[in-house]
Amino acid sequence: MLCLGFAFLYIPMFLLIFYSFNASRFVPVWGGFSIKWYITLFQSEEVWNAVILSLEIAIMNATFATLLGAMAGIAMARIRRFRGRVLFSGMISAPLVMPEVITGLSLLLLFITMSELIGWPTRGITTITIAHITFSLAYVAVIVQSRLVGIDESLEEAAQDLGARPYRVLIDITVPLIAPALVAGWLLAFTLSLDDLVIASFVSGPGSNTLPMLIYSRVKLGLKPDVNALATIIILIVTIGVIIAGWILSRQEKQRLLDQQMADSEKYDFSESIR
Amino acid sequence: MTQATDTSKLFENQPWLDPDAEPFVKIRALTKTFGSFTAVSSVDLDIYEGELFSLLGGSGCGKTTLLRMLAGFEEPSSGTISIDGVDMANIPPYQRPVNMMFQSYALFPHMTVEQNVGYGLKQDRVEKNEIAERVAEILAIVELTPFNKRKPHQLSGGQRQRVALARSLVKKPKVLLLDEPLAALDKRLREQTQFELMNIQHQLGVTFIVVTHDQEEAMTLSTRIAVMDQGQFSQIGTPTDIYEYPQTRFVANFIGSANMFEGRVVENGDNHVIVRSSHGDLSFYIDHSFEIRENIGVSIALRPEKITLSREVPETIDEYNTVKGIVDDIGYLGNFSIYRILLENDKIIAVTHPNQSRPRDARHLAEWDDEVLLSWAPSSPILLTK
Repeated sequence: MLCLGFAFLYIPMFLLIFYSFNASRFVPVWGGFSIKWYITLFQSEEVWNAVILSLEIAIMNATFATLLGAMAGIAMARIRRFRGRVLFSGMISAPLVMPEVITGLSLLLLFITMSELIGWPTRGITTITIAHITFSLAYVAVIVQSRLVGIDESLEEAAQDLGARPYRVLIDITVPLIAPALVAGWLLAFTLSLDDLVIASFVSGPGSNTLPMLIYSRVKLGLKPDVNALATIIILIVTIGVIIAGWILSRQEKQRLLDQQMADSEKYDFSESIR
Repeated sequence: MTQATDTSKLFENQPWLDPDAEPFVKIRALTKTFGSFTAVSSVDLDIYEGELFSLLGGSGCGKTTLLRMLAGFEEPSSGTISIDGVDMANIPPYQRPVNMMFQSYALFPHMTVEQNVGYGLKQDRVEKNEIAERVAEILAIVELTPFNKRKPHQLSGGQRQRVALARSLVKKPKVLLLDEPLAALDKRLREQTQFELMNIQHQLGVTFIVVTHDQEEAMTLSTRIAVMDQGQFSQIGTPTDIYEYPQTRFVANFIGSANMFEGRVVENGDNHVIVRSSHGDLSFYIDHSFEIRENIGVSIALRPEKITLSREVPETIDEYNTVKGIVDDIGYLGNFSIYRILLENDKIIAVTHPNQSRPRDARHLAEWDDEVLLSWAPSSPILLTK
């Protein structure tokens, strides 16, 4: 049963990897082992441009979304009462449930209206980035909020009690404590942006093709082995990333357990010393 | 380490009895409501410099809310707080001359012991060398010097408690607020830490205000205790006052245990009061007077350790302060035993008796179903009208 589940999940990917080494021009026909499609890929300027554009957008998006999302998350978790709180927390999570087509369409309308009225923004990298920030920040806000809910509020109170003004509390205590959530939020926003096809298609302009857009448009013209090669490289990068993340996390966990055991074994040293 | 001195001795002058003494912390008509719930209801309180004052009460009695208002984390709905003559209204927590030790200790997990303790001084822009000096000094007092480079998760519960204490003391606050400071420690460590806390308080002379639900802790530590119930003080007094002279039924029951009797005042003399219990043939002769009308309904509280238990039951017994009963149950606690005595009217009285000698045949003072005589001194019954 487990094998069946794994097969269901992974056979498509293995097929893709397998065919990326196919010498034949026709995807389903095996023509012997070859890496020529990888070479074609690296020589294609179009692909490189798309990769760079996607990465640029993803990095900018992740950074701004993390900044804004963290602010929203902190406001929702730590400020118990402010005017419009309920509305705000409802609105912030709306992009999570909104169909992408609608988000994309509405943003396109906004950008067209704006560029007619004030001449900004021109459609392209700017509009895609703004569009991505609007929905990514909702995810970051939710991650940051849930992390903060799990953190004892008395830590921030203790800092205040010791004389730290609110902004110092934010910088010295809150931000370090939510750092894991910020990293997770940044990575998620990065991935969401890299992954997005629908919204980017709506708001992009001429000449600015992101990687997913490029792959999609090529596949529409017929399956080609160089797309398989591109996909294989992406799979490889993601796999390495996941393995490294898992390794770091498990090492931290082990270290924490070890520290705890050491501390507990010294538990009674105080009671010894005062006698 | 020296044995802790009895803090009540330090306060032989008892500033709270002196009408001219200026209180250090002055609370007037302080009220805090959360929606329709009143957590603290118009309380007045004076705390004097150098006191170790306890706020004692069950959960939800408002003691923590009161402490948080002192720290500035909750804004009073009405009323005033002043510390050392300065009104605390509109002074944010980070500018108050108080520090708090949190129940959860609230140690910053990403900082070392040293950084945790030095954080408050850093906020005051104290010079680096001086920070290091003062941190080292306070860590020596709480005996944590070897652990200064550790992170909180590398410490045991008792060590964390002392880091929290050091961190809240290093700024030499005028008042230190402690929220259930010992609740997270196990029993053995707690008892030792109590004395440690008293020593440190004595050493530094800082006014301590402790919130606790543990009456033993409050009794050992405090110069005075305020017993809180439903947002108000039931009684404020020294541990002895609170235990020996409780003013309400709640205090008598909450502090220690007490046998309660309902009764009626049958005689009110110049130097004595006689109360007849409504549980049949039992009368109390109390050897001091009260301003109370005759024939009024009152309660009598009688501490289990103030009752003498005897197996010799005479034919006729005294009219007052004695009663016959049968041993219904015995609880052996090692240092003392609890006897539950069934009276003729089916009421059960608890009596404690210290096990001063080692019984050779492992027998108790009285055995199950023995007929026994209970008696007590005329100074022992506590008359309560509230």
